[in-house]
Amino acid sequence: MKIAIKRLLFIIVILGLWEGIHLANFYPDYIVPSPITVFDTLINGFIQGDLLTALGASFKHLIIGLSLSILIGTLLGVILGKSKQADETAGMYLIALQSIPSIVWVPLAILLFGFGELAVIFVVVVGGTFVMALNVRSAIHSVPPQFLRAARTMDARGFELFYRVEIPASIPYFIQGVRLAWAFSWRALMAGEFLSNGPGLGYSLSFAQDYARMDQVIGIIIIIGVIGAVVDQLVFSKLERNVMKRWGLLNS
Amino acid sequence: MFLELKDVAKTFTGEKQGAFEVFSDIDLSIEENQFVSILGPSGCGKSTLLAMVAGLESLTEGEMKLEGEQVNSPGPDRGMVFQEPSLFPWLNVQENVTFPLKHMYSKAEAQKRANDFLKMVHLSRFKEHYTYELSGGMQQRVAIARALAMDPKVLLMDEPFGALDEQTRHILHDELMTIWRETQKTILFVTHSIQEAVKLSDRVVVMGTRPGKIIADYSIDIPRPRHRDHPDVIQYEKQIMSLLEVEINKVLKEELNYENRD
Ligand SMILES: Nc1ncnc2c1ncn2[C@@H]1O[C@H](COP(=O)(O)OP(=O)(O)OP(=O)(O)O)[C@@H](O)[C@H]1O
Ligand SMILES: [Mg+2]
Repeated sequence: MKIAIKRLLFIIVILGLWEGIHLANFYPDYIVPSPITVFDTLINGFIQGDLLTALGASFKHLIIGLSLSILIGTLLGVILGKSKQADETAGMYLIALQSIPSIVWVPLAILLFGFGELAVIFVVVVGGTFVMALNVRSAIHSVPPQFLRAARTMDARGFELFYRVEIPASIPYFIQGVRLAWAFSWRALMAGEFLSNGPGLGYSLSFAQDYARMDQVIGIIIIIGVIGAVVDQLVFSKLERNVMKRWGLLNS
Repeated sequence: MFLELKDVAKTFTGEKQGAFEVFSDIDLSIEENQFVSILGPSGCGKSTLLAMVAGLESLTEGEMKLEGEQVNSPGPDRGMVFQEPSLFPWLNVQENVTFPLKHMYSKAEAQKRANDFLKMVHLSRFKEHYTYELSGGMQQRVAIARALAMDPKVLLMDEPFGALDEQTRHILHDELMTIWRETQKTILFVTHSIQEAVKLSDRVVVMGTRPGKIIADYSIDIPRPRHRDHPDVIQYEKQIMSLLEVEINKVLKEELNYENRD
């Protein structure tokens, strides 16, 4: 409760300062709009449906892209985690690929697929796949050998060891992988959409920039921030905590 | 002979350190339904020996037979309780105990069987709990139930009570004695505690180190339940203690010499 009040007060102070700067008229309205205007713009955007359409499109790109990157990443990660050959051959390149900022893939995607949604989804997939693969790989590497030994004394062998022990034992790292893949994909999504022909939140942002609509720009930034925080806190943080607790990896 | 090890030796070959002989010339014959403890200084290869019987480690030399059959891979005729915690945290207590029963029983039968063995270790109340909700002692009891549930001929226990407090340890000793009487298992029990070994076993095998080998083999024929201050118990403890002290000092001296070698 106390923390909630602190946070609320903080945001009120920030909004107050902002309104103060706006009222002081140091800057023209198109540079520092009133927070009230931004709020109005957001409400109007939702009522008229432009923002909803953009949001819907963004989520569509995200869900398709993220699902694909989790799928492909898991597959790659399992191959690298299980096969020493594969890991020695390709593991290093995966780390290199993972370190490439997702916006770098946008020109490549546009040249390949044009300015449409396909390019956006491609960037999202590339953004999430490599982190996912790296996490699944270390998930498999970090299965406690103790579990495998115990399972072998209980008549489990071969593929059974994989699906009855290695997969469940990997779940905490797998979840961490999904969380990171989401974070990377979300950033990649915005980069991709910003340079695409829409629809999507990123596209709306670049549209607002072209028409010098600072109120829209700030409004969309707020939406993007809120979605990121909400998904991370409400979905992944909780999920991760529960899993870590169950797997005995959390000391509380 | 029920379980027989003949001239067994183990050498680990690491990539960096080269070959390291843990023990050699291990001869051990164990009768059915015997409770045998293995004592020895840390690092003498007790866990390695047990893992060999379990089929988890290969024999570098020698051979091992269980009821006349060569043993070289894990099998449901040997159940193991490990030194490290090894329950699966993603399964609840009951699911842990049914884990080894999947090939042998239908789901309902497996569950019933798991419940029976959980009752035996007095944990039926906790069958829905997960590992993180159990104390160390409870976890080891589940591990014992899990190993027993597949009805092994030999129960291998690697310092199962090593990490527990004195009180809990005593309670689990009594529990284990009852289980042993009821199930008629052959038990191979590794421990650091001379008291524990003398209290529980028909036989105490003492291992020495550098190189690892069996240096003594005592038959403990004191009627059970054995009391801590029974004169015979104390007599055995003293005898084994003085023997082990020599071995432990040997290890310490060697390690000290290594540190001061230049
Ligand atoms: N996989 C392995 N590779 C190389 N050396 C090993 C391996 N496993 C065990 N050793 C070595 O073999 C020796 C015996 O180990 P082991 O775990 O059997 O000892 P222990 O008697 O059970 O000791 P403790 O009482 O401390 O549990 C040790 O020196 C250890 O370093
Ligand atoms: Mg050991």
